Amino acid sequence: MLKQSLKMAWESIRSNKMRSFLTMLGIIIGVFALVVLVSIVNGATSSITDSINSLGSNSITVTVVDDKENPLDLEDLRALAEDETIQAVSPTAQSSVTGKSAYNSESVTVYGVTPEYENIGQLEMAQGRFLKTPDIDNHSSSVIVSMDVVNDILSFSSASKAIGAEIMLNGKAYQIVGVLAEEEEDSGSIFGSSSYEAYIPYTSLIRLVDNISHVTSFAVSSAIEDLDTTGDAVSKQLLKRFDNDEDAFTILNISSIADVMDSVMGTMSLLLGGIAAISLLVGGIGIMNIMLVSVTERTKEIGIRKAIGAGRSVIMQQFLIEALMLSLLGSAIGVVMSWAALKIISLISGDISAYNLSGGVVVIAVGFSIGIGLLFGLYPANNAAKKKPIDALRYNG
Amino acid sequence: MIVFQDVSRVYVMGDTQLRALDHANMHIKEGEFVAIVGPSGSGKSTLMNIVGCLDVADEGTYFLDGLEIEKYSEDELAKIRNKKIGFIFQNFNLIAKMTAWDNVELPLIYQKIAPKERKERVAEALERVSLLERKNHKPTELSGGQQQRVAIARAIATKPSLFLADEPTGNLDSRTGEDIIRLFHELHDAGNTIVLITHDDEVAKQASRRIHIRDGRVREVD
Repeated sequence: MLKQSLKMAWESIRSNKMRSFLTMLGIIIGVFALVVLVSIVNGATSSITDSINSLGSNSITVTVVDDKENPLDLEDLRALAEDETIQAVSPTAQSSVTGKSAYNSESVTVYGVTPEYENIGQLEMAQGRFLKTPDIDNHSSSVIVSMDVVNDILSFSSASKAIGAEIMLNGKAYQIVGVLAEEEEDSGSIFGSSSYEAYIPYTSLIRLVDNISHVTSFAVSSAIEDLDTTGDAVSKQLLKRFDNDEDAFTILNISSIADVMDSVMGTMSLLLGGIAAISLLVGGIGIMNIMLVSVTERTKEIGIRKAIGAGRSVIMQQFLIEALMLSLLGSAIGVVMSWAALKIISLISGDISAYNLSGGVVVIAVGFSIGIGLLFGLYPANNAAKKKPIDALRYNG
Repeated sequence: MIVFQDVSRVYVMGDTQLRALDHANMHIKEGEFVAIVGPSGSGKSTLMNIVGCLDVADEGTYFLDGLEIEKYSEDELAKIRNKKIGFIFQNFNLIAKMTAWDNVELPLIYQKIAPKERKERVAEALERVSLLERKNHKPTELSGGQQQRVAIARAIATKPSLFLADEPTGNLDSRTGEDIIRLFHELHDAGNTIVLITHDDEVAKQASRRIHIRDGRVREVD
């Protein structure tokens, strides 16, 4: 009986190809929109989350806004690091200087830090070493540069060749003691392509540029899991230092940014998913419309079937299966199209891993389509099932 | 086999009542070949619908094989039609999209007969009406006479208690009509009960007994 119904449904869909396709189009577009949009949002979320995490997920950034004529210095930071929730503290002064070699010259972002920053910023060395305490004490002219600086300014193809070479920062010669490992592809694609970065001792930076004389921003790494507790500890100490003025400084917690990001993206995917779901609903109404036409067209057939012994449930089943088949076919085509679209998007964005067909969304989309097929097939199928055999037999359409 | 006791069927149209059947009484025994004859508008079709369990009487009682038909629900009536009645209609009423084979097989599927037996019975029925070699043809690819034979095969396959034919030759030329009537004779000779509804006296003469109906009233002549 089921086999018969499946065969009949398939015949009916096949014999009205254009009509069936147009009916399915609503479902196809709905599933396509749902799967592609949600997958893109998911892909973007994981890519952004990765980038944020690569900035150091256990670090807190503090910016001093108003130093009350009583600026922080390195001693203050060392005192701060005494707190048991705090692992390390490093100033993060930042300036833009001209990096120059015999070969080329580019604008370089210079960070003035202490040795602790290697850990706090989760920097990875490709070659050489990071700053050491004597560099700070002696205002040394050591510099650690990014791979882009090695490639573009010094014109060396490998990191090892750069060790020991000199680079001019704002006209002052610095010796390269270390080269940073290149960042992973995906975080680079979001925050711009090449990055010219150089890390020098904080004490050297004060001498190199005029506008930095005190610690106005620093990074703290936490000794414990809960960043908020560490943040509170930092806040408490700074409040003491700055006459209980909460507006004197701002504390930026990376993990709380990630949380906010997550919830924004979650809302976004819900919103887009909702819109796509509405288009699926519209597709379902299209199915109902066509099924009603189909029932009317086949009134005579229903009459014959009832006369030779088909009960209500048999007729009902036949039309429900047809509606289900339409919605399932539609969602299958929609899923295949989404898969292809996501592949193309990944190819264009040059980021193969990010925009995957997310299995959960496919299950939701197909499940939703089945639900819609059933829901909107029910009314026409019931219409068919309750036709009286004599009326249906007499029908001439 | 078929017993009508004071059966009435009243159609209400607005405020006029139409008594299509008026206290009809009749008796058809098993193995009989009966023609129900009457002009159009006499209540023939109503009688046929009630005998075929497609419609139910408003008053009176109809027994089919001892079953009191008024007591059954719509779905139960579908089962009774499926098992006990082989319909042969004036306009054949085959499903256009299905082949001859599939049309004959359909009521057996509703009877939930196993595929193997189903196959045998369909082949047997089509052989009986000499159309086995046309089993894969659709109704539109068959002549009127052939379509009617497929319809008869569909009835034969279910092994019904009653063959109920409504103007079976009405849409056929006289020679093809004779072929169909010959088939009914063969079925009758094999012991089947046949009720033939017609307005054509020539066709009615073929039956062993005639029941006349006029203005909703049944009169048994001869």
